[in-house]
Amino acid sequence: MVKIDMEDRHDYDVIAGWVGAGSRVLDLGCGDGSLLAHLKAARQIAGYGIERDAERVTACVQNHVNVLQIDLEQGLAGFEDAQFDYVIMSLSLQAVHNTERILDEMLRVGREAVVSFPNFGYWRHRISINEGHMPVSTSLPYAWYNTPNVRFFTMADFEQLCEKRGIEVLERAAFDEDRRIDLDPNNFASVALYRLGSGKLATSASQANNSETGHNPVP
Amino acid sequence: MTSQGSVGVVTPQTAHFSEPLSLRSGGILPAYDLVYETYGQLNASGTNAVLVCHALSGSHHVAGTYADKPRSAGWWDNLVGPGKPLDTDKFFVVGINNLGGCFGSTGPMSINPASGQPWGSRFPFVTVEDWVDSHARLADRLGIDSWAAVLGGSLGGMQALAWSLRYPERVRHGMVIAAAPKLSAENIAFNEVARQAILTDPEFYGGDYYQHGVVPTRGLRLARMLGHITYLSDDAMAQKFGRKLRHGEPRYNFDVEFEIESYLRYQGDKFAGFFDANTYLLTTKALDYFDPAFEYEGDLKASLARAKAKFFLASFTTDWRFSPARSRELVFGLLHNHRDVSYAEVASNAGHDSFLLGDPHYHAALRAYFQNIEV
Repeated sequence: MVKIDMEDRHDYDVIAGWVGAGSRVLDLGCGDGSLLAHLKAARQIAGYGIERDAERVTACVQNHVNVLQIDLEQGLAGFEDAQFDYVIMSLSLQAVHNTERILDEMLRVGREAVVSFPNFGYWRHRISINEGHMPVSTSLPYAWYNTPNVRFFTMADFEQLCEKRGIEVLERAAFDEDRRIDLDPNNFASVALYRLGSGKLATSASQANNSETGHNPVP
Repeated sequence: MTSQGSVGVVTPQTAHFSEPLSLRSGGILPAYDLVYETYGQLNASGTNAVLVCHALSGSHHVAGTYADKPRSAGWWDNLVGPGKPLDTDKFFVVGINNLGGCFGSTGPMSINPASGQPWGSRFPFVTVEDWVDSHARLADRLGIDSWAAVLGGSLGGMQALAWSLRYPERVRHGMVIAAAPKLSAENIAFNEVARQAILTDPEFYGGDYYQHGVVPTRGLRLARMLGHITYLSDDAMAQKFGRKLRHGEPRYNFDVEFEIESYLRYQGDKFAGFFDANTYLLTTKALDYFDPAFEYEGDLKASLARAKAKFFLASFTTDWRFSPARSRELVFGLLHNHRDVSYAEVASNAGHDSFLLGDPHYHAALRAYFQNIEV
């Protein structure tokens, strides 16, 4: 049994609070399956994870978590519309190239989406940039030359994108380490979580087709 | 001598069934034998049994060696044994030679009681579902109400799937490796070329070559050579053989010039020396006919609704005979039906053959899955 360390994953509790009991959950980039295991124990969900890394796939199996070894850059082709109640992407959105497509896909396959990501606008990160260096922190633990992250954005950036794409922000939670941040989170929070609804754009068939082919209808 | 982790010396057993078996083709086998091997101990409640289904050329001899033949290791010996991913200290593992086979179970080489001659061309067509039915009877006899898992690769994976659909209550875990929900037209095409090689061999005699004391060796050899091309990947072939010349320079003749020619001829000759041509024909037809969705107007998802097992699937990135896309079809079909399913898409350059090899990630995933099966 792989040890599931949840001490520093306070975001799990937020997600467990958002996810309805007994719901169907798809976790993109599920790692060793610890979030799904947590949700299974806390909310009796039926969960599936998607993971590209072979060793993490095995860890999921060890942790009794359903896991599908699929590369997310392929999108979610094969999954049916509204097949899940929630599609979750925990601390992985910043590591996906095609941000718009994956968000569309999450809201096609899930009734709702839950995403969390490191907030680039965090004040310590701003100071670091001011001092002339890319930030390295608990939430952005990599150096610029070895980071798996490919998209760097702030909470304000993300909310702007949601607005532009007609994605509805249903709930938001922000943290600095394990401390909940409600005041000016774009400045004071290192990690942000969002619960998203499909709004007006993402459910239309043409949108789904466009997301399949990678074309972006929004200028 | 047995290597560490081996089940050691094994002995096949034969079970005779005198109750007729009705086949999908409309034929009836009045009685039949199944040859099988077992490894490990069946527990008192009969809950730790795992059935391993063989592929086109496999047999009941899954693991271990025969007493007088040290080089006779079973075809999945790297997976099955004490301490191995399919651990015989925990599980009671059963391998069965399919009906129509040529390794002891009733098949075209067996004597047809009606004529006193080998069945030959008269042996009825058997399907994957018929195999499952016949194996269910053996499970009854062994005291196995439900399999902890039914596992198979390639055609064996189709059989594991068929088990989970035909006897949903009797399969707790379906483990479908390098398989597909049905063959593609391209796959059937390869099978047809292989069959034509056999059927047009002058020594085939319409399938009754036994009475003529000959074997359609040339056809069988060609069939196997073709098969081998499709079991390897372009990468693996390039790596293993490339354009390597046997004599370092061309000699402009039809003897072996390139090493790949040598390999294919060797494999063809070896196979033709022990495999039965009629079994090859029947088994490739069973592959072609397999299509659980056929009765559901081609709707795979609807056809999988009966399944009650949890599933583990694996495919291999360079397998073009049973490509990952085909396994994914199954995964999404099972997902649609709310089955528990895990799926490993293993990076491997060995093509379809990968399922028999011991890729560390592949075996680690299988080991983890088996460890979590409750018995």
